[in-house]
Amino acid sequence: MPVEAVSSTIPRKVVSSVQRIFVKVGVLPFLLVIAIIIFTTLSDNYLTWRNMLNVSRQSTYLIIVAIGQMIVLLTGGFDLSVGSIIALTSVVSATVMSAVYGANNDAVALAIVLGVLAGLVVGSFVGVLNGAGVALFDVSPFMMTLGMSSVAFGVSLFMTGGVPVYGLPPQYSDIFGFGDLLNVPTPIWVTLGIILISYLRLNWTKTGRYFYAVGGNIKASALSGINTKYILFHVYVLSAALAAIAGLLLTARLETGEANIGASFPLESIAACVIGGVSLRGGVGRIENVVLGAIFIGLVQNGMNLARIESYLQIVVLGILLIVAVIADQLRQRYVAVLHD
Amino acid sequence: MSQRPPQAAMEENIILHCQGISKRFPGVLALDQVDFDLRAGEVHVLFGENGAGKSTLIGVITGAYQPTSGRMLFRGQEIKNQSVHHARSHGISAVFQEFSLVPQLTVGENLALGAERENRWLLDKRAMQNEASAIIQKLAFPLHPNQVVGHLSRAEQQMVEIAKAFRSELSVLILDEPTASLTEKETARLFALIKQVKAEGVGIIYTTHRMAEIKQIADRITVLRDGRVIATVDADAVDENELLRLMTGRVIEQVFPQINYRPQEVVLEVNNLSTRDVDHVSFYVRRGEIVGFAGLVGSGKSSAARACFGAVHPRWGEIRFRGEDVTRSSPKEMLARGAFYLPSDRRSEGLLMQRGARENISLPALDLSMFSRFGFLRRHAESRHTRALAKQLRLQPLDMERPVEFFSGGNQQKVLLARSLTRDFDLFILDEPTIGVDMGARVAIYEFIAQLCEQGAAVLLISSDLPEVLHLANRVYIFHRGRLKAELQDADITEENVLRHFFGGNDGHATAQGAPARPTT
Repeated sequence: MPVEAVSSTIPRKVVSSVQRIFVKVGVLPFLLVIAIIIFTTLSDNYLTWRNMLNVSRQSTYLIIVAIGQMIVLLTGGFDLSVGSIIALTSVVSATVMSAVYGANNDAVALAIVLGVLAGLVVGSFVGVLNGAGVALFDVSPFMMTLGMSSVAFGVSLFMTGGVPVYGLPPQYSDIFGFGDLLNVPTPIWVTLGIILISYLRLNWTKTGRYFYAVGGNIKASALSGINTKYILFHVYVLSAALAAIAGLLLTARLETGEANIGASFPLESIAACVIGGVSLRGGVGRIENVVLGAIFIGLVQNGMNLARIESYLQIVVLGILLIVAVIADQLRQRYVAVLHD
Repeated sequence: MSQRPPQAAMEENIILHCQGISKRFPGVLALDQVDFDLRAGEVHVLFGENGAGKSTLIGVITGAYQPTSGRMLFRGQEIKNQSVHHARSHGISAVFQEFSLVPQLTVGENLALGAERENRWLLDKRAMQNEASAIIQKLAFPLHPNQVVGHLSRAEQQMVEIAKAFRSELSVLILDEPTASLTEKETARLFALIKQVKAEGVGIIYTTHRMAEIKQIADRITVLRDGRVIATVDADAVDENELLRLMTGRVIEQVFPQINYRPQEVVLEVNNLSTRDVDHVSFYVRRGEIVGFAGLVGSGKSSAARACFGAVHPRWGEIRFRGEDVTRSSPKEMLARGAFYLPSDRRSEGLLMQRGARENISLPALDLSMFSRFGFLRRHAESRHTRALAKQLRLQPLDMERPVEFFSGGNQQKVLLARSLTRDFDLFILDEPTIGVDMGARVAIYEFIAQLCEQGAAVLLISSDLPEVLHLANRVYIFHRGRLKAELQDADITEENVLRHFFGGNDGHATAQGAPARPTT
């Protein structure tokens, strides 16, 4: 009996402190450590400066979309149309750019500005429709964004006939796709800017606080004098605008406008949020963790590429990770309740 | 039966006996060595405040919870590892406030739920229908097995819930605040049914907050406080004051503060207001007074007050606040004008349960320059101010970042009340301010309300808790079925006077007035 007691106290201590960390920070740090250990042992090239910078650059698109997704999730909604918004933005901006550039090969700056504006406006307009449906007509976010996803995707296919749009000014890709500043790629700079602005928006402004409030308790928010319809409308437009920015950056990277580039984003952006501890019921979530969640997905995808895991199999792994994260979050909720009595 | 020696009769008739039941939840001892017994054919009232342990005790008896210690005897035999299913098989059935009905299914389907009959592979719908009809007929309920439950009134749904208890042989019937949402007519029906069931030798455990009901139907009363049994008494051996003292551990004078009312100018004036469930009511509230709204649940008292804050849309009538017409203002505008509303349901309408006290307190005040400038939050000022307010209201524990769902009901209410101090309000509309709040916090909240009034604010107090209205208000409006039945002042505010108007019935005046207003339903 005493022998047993001694041998079981040490692991129990370890277990309980692991538990405490788990309750405090969630499942993400554990997943990160596990992923890095696994992939470092599988490939020598994994934990190198070059590869990590590579992962960061690849993750930027997802980070931007996931931040928008998070803001919608905070209010208790979903945005399933982010993928189609990326596609539509890509197609529209590429069409405008190549048209202007084709008409006059000297008007590079004009082509880029007009293309970017057109992409942003059209992409955000999908968000305007989403927001109007959810806020004014009480359509469930699930149905509204699913429907709009089909609409936007259909429009992008219809515009291009499913064929990529070529003929962009090469400077666009040189700057926004492959360019760098102080040895850091442009997309990373853009993403850092978005992270910073979003952080301030969410944590240091009234409107940001209202995102949490509306998701936490919409009735209480209305009785506290918050214009809940405006807030709901606002988040869908924000999410769409962020998806549109990601679409513009992806277009620059691919040097073409394509309708088929967004399909994986709805799932991956929601996964990044959930793995980062955003509550699907709304009202809870931190942007730092969402960024980490998106980077984690990038790390896993990169690791699987280096380990030569087939891409179809990677999709399976991602789905499993998402479910594991949700289960872990449920467990955590239970521990939190015990911890607070 | 009465000729037998009482002691022997008692021993014979005990159906259920709980000995030293304790139940510990993480961090709370919800039940502490509770002894409780139930005889056949009696109504045994469980009486106590919210959080006294009534629900937990019922949970243990129905098998929803396993007791941490203690034992339970059913007809003299110990039952162990009780589950809900197991309890049912002993004929122990409970009817809760929250109905366990599927609204989309019919009465018959609900009655058969979990005990469906099949012939080979298919449902035997006819047999189930016949059984449902038989139960309904036996209980003489005005129901039909084919009615869809979702379309029934709350009272009718409750009948379905009670009928469910009668599906099998019944020996213990538990009714958890069954009259909370019933009209007086429906209540009378329920009481008749209880008599009928009693006569069949069923033991009934009954919880309620209403003294008047206890007088009408109780045989014995067990008073719980803080998870302990304070006393078990015969119903005709105690009076109300004694019960109140047992329940709270205090006499009335220690609970309610003395208030100096100094009514001044009118702050809120309402003329001929009609909403979905209020019908042409007029009232006013002055500075320096506490106006009470009394009435049953669904009498329109809450709806009328919510209309004044813009939370309910008026269909008709005029609302004036400090002399200005505010009839169709939004809550946002009313807040800015200086009206504060405390919702009755703090979980669904008041708090962000997963956020901390700081964010909850500052929420309706983020517009103020104290908390934000050019749309940017002043988070340090916010922390400082909200902490000071929480301290002033004695929030326990004083942890501003702990999610409010982990606070007790009383402390959650303090967080809500702290909002009222974020700016200078002229009108306080307090809707059930002490619902689900323990005695200590309740006394603090009464003190707080008294202070508001004495500092010259206008207070509108809506409460289903009669003593609260009786002791705090200097004027009382009594609502009945969406109409104003009476206005009482100062010395006229007595329990007798209020109750007379509560149930509407006995003076012809009201019915004559009420009849044309509700031609059809």
